[in-house]
Amino acid sequence: MAEYTPAERVKIARHADRPGTEDYISALFTDFFEQRGDRRCREDKSILGGVALYKGHPVTVLGHRKGKGLEGHMACNFGMPGPEGYRKAQRIMRQAEKFGRPVITFIDTPGAYPGMEAEARGQGEAIASTLALMSTIDVPVITVVIGEGGSGGALALAVANRVLMLENAVYSVLSPEGFASILWKDASRSDEAAAVMKLTARDLVDLGAADEVIPEPAGGAHENPNAAFVAVDRALSRNLLQVIRKGDYAAQRYEKYRGMGLSRSRKEGP
Amino acid sequence: MNNFFAERRARMIQLKERRKGKETDVPRKQAAKAVFGKCPDCGAMVPKTELARTLYVCPKCGYHHPVGAYLRLSMLLDSKSFRELDEKLTAPNALKFPGYDEKLQSARRVTGLNEGVVTARGKIDGRTAVFAAMDSRFMMGSMGVAVGEKVTRAVEYADRAGLPLIIFTASGGARMQEGILSLMQMAKTSAALERFSQHGGFYITVLTHPTTGGVTASFGSLGDVTLAEPGALIGFAGPRVIEQTIGEKLPEGFQRAEYLEEHGFVDQVVPRGQLREVLSRLLMLHAREEERDRG
Repeated sequence: MAEYTPAERVKIARHADRPGTEDYISALFTDFFEQRGDRRCREDKSILGGVALYKGHPVTVLGHRKGKGLEGHMACNFGMPGPEGYRKAQRIMRQAEKFGRPVITFIDTPGAYPGMEAEARGQGEAIASTLALMSTIDVPVITVVIGEGGSGGALALAVANRVLMLENAVYSVLSPEGFASILWKDASRSDEAAAVMKLTARDLVDLGAADEVIPEPAGGAHENPNAAFVAVDRALSRNLLQVIRKGDYAAQRYEKYRGMGLSRSRKEGP
Repeated sequence: MNNFFAERRARMIQLKERRKGKETDVPRKQAAKAVFGKCPDCGAMVPKTELARTLYVCPKCGYHHPVGAYLRLSMLLDSKSFRELDEKLTAPNALKFPGYDEKLQSARRVTGLNEGVVTARGKIDGRTAVFAAMDSRFMMGSMGVAVGEKVTRAVEYADRAGLPLIIFTASGGARMQEGILSLMQMAKTSAALERFSQHGGFYITVLTHPTTGGVTASFGSLGDVTLAEPGALIGFAGPRVIEQTIGEKLPEGFQRAEYLEEHGFVDQVVPRGQLREVLSRLLMLHAREEERDRG
């Protein structure tokens, strides 16, 4: 495995040819049926979701979609969902729970879209309610961070029993550009930001925010997509089996996120 | 309440010292600053004693000055009912982020707080509730591990004790220096609130200026009842980021409390002077039958 700097990994994670959610769905699943629309006001293409078979069993798949080529990017808003995308995701996840299907999510977004209409329709509320829902659905949830995990817009689909990360994927509280711009008022210092942010797969495992690093082919997933699909498939099936064997999905997930950041010490009060 | 008087006493001592020091060259402006508060909205110079009487709302234009966490609670709670929870809780510099420890220390020195949120048990009109008040002076009220943990513990406390929960938000969002662990606090707090809700817990959010980013996208948006203070900036993305993204100026009033009410995300915009009465009524309306006419 080649050793890349965090800034280099950010570039690989954003590479135009890097396999996206739609590629993993067609490689790893069969009989995919896409479910569109939030049943409120529109269809947001930046989140792709539906039902498919995984190893012959029905599962719900969901992920950010960046789109291919300029037109695809534009149609998918470069993978930056608005509130409608998250509300669609909620609809699909509720069905997963209703029909007892595991949920598998793929994370690849610069972040939720910071636009006027997104704000007017409650971007914050949409993310918050998705987090709340994802924390309680009583089916196994596995997340694979395949590219960029940008901020709350990524987390909203990533409250999972297991969070797996591709070796060159990154996941952070904010993009390195945004981080540099907030802390140092200089977005061009993004490489420096990437170095201190602890956003690589290994950093996240060390911090307890991710569970496993999935190795990538030399040069990154785009150099040999098939090798990446095989690696993700292996990790996904193994983790899914482990989670299913453990049972108590919602409770396990709750305990996992409850412990984020501090070990639980003695409680105060009644 | 005790704290409120302590603060006033401290301010009086400060004022006396400043007055004494007048001959020894304390600049006039600085002396004026101690006695008058300038309204950032209309520019009116209002004596601080009057501001304290109006609950830090400008008597000329109605601008709501941001208030710190202790002051906020002292304005609302019944006297002597305040009992702080997890007062000493802090979090380590998990990322070993350069300069963060110093920054925390200076925030502590300047604000007298340990962290960006104060959680407590207290009463309004005799009805007990669990409170969390964020303080925007402490590193912009940003949410790191300690803030997320204190809020989560407050939720769990309310859940165990069967008490209502009232949270006052004031936050610029996630705390950058704690990286991904800050982000995870959004999931942690939301999960705790969802569990509280499923157990029948009653949660009121009061959105105050400013509430943006990770707090809006987690516990700030999950109230059974959502109130907001007039003119408060409330949103997911900050106005500067949106302007940079869309390449144009935002219209007046965008992302303000009144705008959110109009768009269906806030139950009521409540002026600070009426907040105590409204909260008291809400607690009464959600109290168990045998406790309804008490208090």
